[in-house]
Amino acid sequence: MTAAQVPDAAQLPEGHHDPAAALRAEFPELSLAEHEFRGELTLIIAAADLPAVAAFLKRGAGLNYNYLSDISAVDYAPVAEEPGYTAFADLAEAAAERPARFAVCYHLLSMPNARRLRLKSYVEEGESIPTLTNLWPAANWLEREIMDMMGIDFAGHPDRRRLLMPEDWQGHPHRRDYPLGYETVQFSFNAEDVQRHKPFARRET
Amino acid sequence: MATPTATEERQYWHGSVDELRGLVSERALRGETLLLNMGPHHPSTHGVLRLLLELDGEEIITCLPDVGFLHTGIEKNIEDKTYEKAVTLTDRMDYLAPMSNNLIFCLAVEKLAGIDVPPRAQQIRVICMELSRIASHLVWLGTHAIDMGAMSVFLYCFRERELILEMFETLSGQRMMGSYIRPGGVWRDLRPEFFEQVTAFLDLFPAKIDDYEALLTENPIWIDRTQGVGTVTPEDALDWGLSGPSLRGSGVNWDLRKAMPYLGYENYEFHVPLGEHGDVYDRFLVRLQEMRESHRILQQALATIPRSGVFRSDDRKFVPPPRSELGQSMEAVIHHFKLWTEGFNAPDEEVYVAAESPRGEIGCYLHGTGGNKPRRVHFKTPSFMHISALPLLTREHLIADVVAIIGSVDIVLGDCDR
Repeated sequence: MTAAQVPDAAQLPEGHHDPAAALRAEFPELSLAEHEFRGELTLIIAAADLPAVAAFLKRGAGLNYNYLSDISAVDYAPVAEEPGYTAFADLAEAAAERPARFAVCYHLLSMPNARRLRLKSYVEEGESIPTLTNLWPAANWLEREIMDMMGIDFAGHPDRRRLLMPEDWQGHPHRRDYPLGYETVQFSFNAEDVQRHKPFARRET
Repeated sequence: MATPTATEERQYWHGSVDELRGLVSERALRGETLLLNMGPHHPSTHGVLRLLLELDGEEIITCLPDVGFLHTGIEKNIEDKTYEKAVTLTDRMDYLAPMSNNLIFCLAVEKLAGIDVPPRAQQIRVICMELSRIASHLVWLGTHAIDMGAMSVFLYCFRERELILEMFETLSGQRMMGSYIRPGGVWRDLRPEFFEQVTAFLDLFPAKIDDYEALLTENPIWIDRTQGVGTVTPEDALDWGLSGPSLRGSGVNWDLRKAMPYLGYENYEFHVPLGEHGDVYDRFLVRLQEMRESHRILQQALATIPRSGVFRSDDRKFVPPPRSELGQSMEAVIHHFKLWTEGFNAPDEEVYVAAESPRGEIGCYLHGTGGNKPRRVHFKTPSFMHISALPLLTREHLIADVVAIIGSVDIVLGDCDR
């Protein structure tokens, strides 16, 4: 992209700088929550709306979120050994604020406007979330990493093999209930035995 | 070639062939093209990268990178560390530019916890970043050249890199894994010897870049091997998530230091070198130019930085007191004890910060718990994105070009696998 292809932010029509307003105008039915922390804007949307919203943000006039910086997933389950680890006083309060166990965060970057945006979708264990590989091929490995490490399924992903862990690995290491060291290393000869003794979390709802 | 039977197939390929369906061409499944492993111990894959190449003669039909051999669970381990203690783990990701990993994690912690960094500490960080950039680019240039058969460039590059490693030793006591950058600033003040070392280096370095250029830039063999190889269009580069010099080699004018300045980069004068064709040669030129620009930034930073002064925040809730205070002040002892046992708390919120590492955009997603340990940290690393784009870059090239292409996107497997 040469300098001529990058539109100058100052020349953009008024009202197009606010992605939430643009999304509300484009999708009147959309369930959309906004959250801002230290100047970072997070838009929380339903997982099913992701492809349409991301495509609009990428191509919509004045938005130009043309670059996918990162996809990260976060697990809100409490750690098994430390029941009070979550910041919320009780699990009911946590469930109201965070409706599902996992969240997937898409960090979009608009190069013409030099702005970042976080799209966030909550997803429950066993549910799947649509893939964005058609919009950004960069999403391919980022999503594969999450499938591998967090065990969140991406519907329609073209390559579902594990990425970082060995292909015959059991479990998803980045989950909060996956033990964090201090346990016997799993080799093939003792894999089942070690697996039986892992302290997996039981989520009480 | 006859179609192999199931038993024969098993001799060559230990996974199920069905797993490859849709990833390689149908011809490969019929045995008409050759599936060849390159790595994980091939010297020119710059670490433990395995490529599964589907070859028709010497031409590459598909390339399937396989990573994870260097996965050390750094993100998972950080979930069990207080924020300050986790800095030492970040060094081990991108081991050619450990300081930029320290920096990105510290920037994320500072944003999440709300720590202010004094301007002089930011200047020290800029000096560290640009020295890291030069050191990392020197390793890139040396290994890239040796992969293509130019032995002497490697020796020259490592000779100059050694000088920078010695500076890092003066700074932090360690040549590579210094953990010098900490939340709130840096670990200790710059030593007087450091200024002498940097000044001496800055005096000699431009002539050295001229030497590298004399060896390579107009070398006909180098040009034959690199021009028109691994070409990537600006649109593809953006969609596949390329960043840093690999993106700018395609002519996309995007440098986080310029576009979204951090550490006060807006106060320095420098150019963002751009390529035109997006091939291996242009990425080579961009990185060479970047070393000259880093040299300029270093000169400016060194001219303005006071020889001694504040090097980290004095907010005692986040940054430990100096050792000298511990003998006199009870308050300092309490702060020291609290910080080194419990650490500090950060809110149950999330931040994402990004910086321009030598390889491209390195990002850190940090989610706090309200307590002293993070809930989740995720590093978006440039090598990860660049390796995932190798199928795009190597498409329809010859197997000898793969080596040139891997070198040109400057990957570090520790950075990719974390």
